[in-house]
Amino acid sequence: MNFKETIRKSVLGSNPVTVLVLGICSALAVTVHMKEALIMGLAVTLVSALSNLVISLMRKTIPSRIRIIVELLVISFFVILADQLLKAYAYPESKTLSVYVGLIITNCIIMGRLESCALSHKPAEALADGFLNGIGYALVLIVVAFFREFFGCGTLFGVQIIPQGWYFANGGFYENNGLFILPPMALILIGCIVWLQRTFDKDLQE
Amino acid sequence: MELINIFFKSVFVDNLALAFFLGMCSFIAVSKNMQTARGLGLAVILVLLVTLPLNWVLDRYVLAPGALKWISPALAGVDLSFLTFIVFVAVIAAVTQVVEMVVERFVPSLHLSLGIFLPLIAVNCAILGASLFMQERAYTGLGEVLAYALGSGLGWFLAIVSLAAIRERLRYSDIPKGLRGLGITFIVVGLMGLAFMGFMGIKF
Repeated sequence: MNFKETIRKSVLGSNPVTVLVLGICSALAVTVHMKEALIMGLAVTLVSALSNLVISLMRKTIPSRIRIIVELLVISFFVILADQLLKAYAYPESKTLSVYVGLIITNCIIMGRLESCALSHKPAEALADGFLNGIGYALVLIVVAFFREFFGCGTLFGVQIIPQGWYFANGGFYENNGLFILPPMALILIGCIVWLQRTFDKDLQE
Repeated sequence: MELINIFFKSVFVDNLALAFFLGMCSFIAVSKNMQTARGLGLAVILVLLVTLPLNWVLDRYVLAPGALKWISPALAGVDLSFLTFIVFVAVIAAVTQVVEMVVERFVPSLHLSLGIFLPLIAVNCAILGASLFMQERAYTGLGEVLAYALGSGLGWFLAIVSLAAIRERLRYSDIPKGLRGLGITFIVVGLMGLAFMGFMGIKF
């Protein structure tokens, strides 16, 4: 399989969030602002790529009965690393992400990739697979966060996009839509993304 | 009174599934019919009731800053809180394994209905999430922790059973092709979440 095809397949065709329904919990909680979504996406990509690599390196020595615990320990190791890095270099963001950084451990995307890819593939392939799935996840996060931040706060990456003069308080006609800040809206947005994707990709329809 | 307060708050206001959207993967994957939804819900309650007190004790006497003081005063400055994730996950994975074996041995009928769901729970973020929230909110006694565990377990159970009921009904409705299945489920869960927000601000 050529490289382009692999990318298309794991980022779109089997996107972890919209097709495989994995890792949704965090996708909902951290998408209020694009900045947090980006950081979370990067953290998951990092953890997923590296733990895929490590498990793949150890795949011949892990007894299959205790593999879940080994996998969890490897993932926790990288999550602790990511958590400490965030605390050191992006403290305010790590506060807003709160428990969701820790929850990367139980993010089923990572477990799923370890089980279905890292245990049976060579290190280089596993690394690429973990990386691409992380990117697929980050992509959905960023799309959802774009809509939520734009309509909910009128900003993108914290920069005001909608002119201040438009706001009702300043004599204009516009008001931010508070609904987009609420977590349920993220679910509805993902539902719409799934709808859109399945309308174009007939193979995915149920 | 405080206990009842915590209990109701964790069932409705801080519902793990519909307010924090934890455990969503299995929430959506396993809610296709009533029976499996009930099985998974029960398993979550069971595991939460065992793991939360255990994690609380560990956090209080081993992990929190200065928690090792009870061994010797010289250890008062030790802060092991960076080990939280790894310890909590290990406890959860171990407890699920033990709970599965105990249930299999003593209540085989329950084991038949819970079956594959118990191992799945090891990676259900509702459990780890509840442990981390418990740590963040700093509950002061084992009683409060138990009330929180029971409340959040029941809340999750309630949520998944209601979603399963709605999805069973959805099968008879005429939905656009692309939206069928996964898409509409997301939107339904979103609407349920909005409905549950109505509980916010209620003080018991």
